Amino acid sequence: MSVLLQTSDLTCVKDDRVLFEDLNLSLTAGQMLLVEGKNGSGKTSLLRILTGLNLPESGDVLWQGEPISEVGPEYYEQVNYVGHHDGIKRDLTCLENLRLVQAMGKPLPIDLDDALDKVNLYRFGDNFVATLSAGQKRRLAMARLVVTEARLWIMDEPFTSLDKASMAMFQQMFEQHLNDGGLIVMTSHHDIEMPDSDVVRLNLSE
Amino acid sequence: MKRLSLSQAFWFLLRRDLLLALRNRSELANPLLFFVLVITLFPLAVGAEPNLLSRIAPGIIWVAALLASMLSLDGIFRSDFEDGTLEQMLLSAHPVPILVLAKVTAHWLVTGLPLLLVAPLLAMMLGLDEDAYGILLLTILLGTPVLSLIGSIGVALTIGLRKGGIILSLLVLPLYVPVLIFSSSAIDVAASGLPATAQLSMMMAFLFLSLSLSPVATAAALKMSMS
Repeated sequence: MSVLLQTSDLTCVKDDRVLFEDLNLSLTAGQMLLVEGKNGSGKTSLLRILTGLNLPESGDVLWQGEPISEVGPEYYEQVNYVGHHDGIKRDLTCLENLRLVQAMGKPLPIDLDDALDKVNLYRFGDNFVATLSAGQKRRLAMARLVVTEARLWIMDEPFTSLDKASMAMFQQMFEQHLNDGGLIVMTSHHDIEMPDSDVVRLNLSE
Repeated sequence: MKRLSLSQAFWFLLRRDLLLALRNRSELANPLLFFVLVITLFPLAVGAEPNLLSRIAPGIIWVAALLASMLSLDGIFRSDFEDGTLEQMLLSAHPVPILVLAKVTAHWLVTGLPLLLVAPLLAMMLGLDEDAYGILLLTILLGTPVLSLIGSIGVALTIGLRKGGIILSLLVLPLYVPVLIFSSSAIDVAASGLPATAQLSMMMAFLFLSLSLSPVATAAALKMSMS
């Protein structure tokens, strides 16, 4: 199968400290990259470089063989990023937030109430985000995966403040995405149990 | 489903920001209140002498407008920066300068436009010559968007800094000066019964220049600040 996401000789330097050097990765459809490592080992930096938010010291991130800076909007259309911050507005309702997510990306034809149901937030549509709990906010942030059509999911500690049941639910969702030919890059301090999926592990501390 | 067209995305973000402003009404009133307060304090401080006040009215009104605008600048991107929506905006498939323009437009509508509405009242209070009212409104209409547009570059550059407030003023204020000079000069000239075409043309030029260049610069600055 052809390689979709690739890095060539990626080096990241932060405050004169080399976090990783000459990193070469390649991911094909249906693969998941699990980035592991100690705190401060550069997991978030790597993820942000893959999204194009941060620039590497040297090296390139390639999407279907082309550097992402040259692919531009066609790459961003394919990427869904869930970062440390939830990226949702507290003064908007859940539905308003999802509409915003759809407006900024490539929307999937899905009823937004169904989308909320998929992340167990059914009936919360008209609630303001400010009234939600931390775990509920995280689930709403993850709902962006359901309402937009993106092939590559990049997630930084997606399971923060989620309970066991929600974690299992999302892992099922991830498996489904991989089966559909999607790609996932994520970091997590939690144990990932996805036995049927093609999970590549990368440890940045070693 | 196809992604929204560029103009749809622009209007969507503009509407969202207006809705958010409406839900935080108290913050919305801040610059306006500042503008009104500063101007009402002047007659108390320099004395209620009609000739003096009407002479310095253009200057007072514009200095107050400038400071009011600067006071509200940080709000353009602050909350979006803190909750991560700015990050998502930069990752959007739409061109970032257009999204930036939508946000700056919304910011101007809630902070600049209200100044336009209360300015005639304050001008009357200061005894500004009646012939200059039209020009006063015109300078505010042309000048305040320039302030928001230039300011957005400064905010974008300083948003990642923990104490960016002072740097922001130092960065932005010198760029505000031309607007201040030409707008108060326009009102001055109009008050003495002369045409202010030259000054207004200059301000129009400022507006179009900043309208075309600032969103691009702001977008680039935001990308830099986020990394």
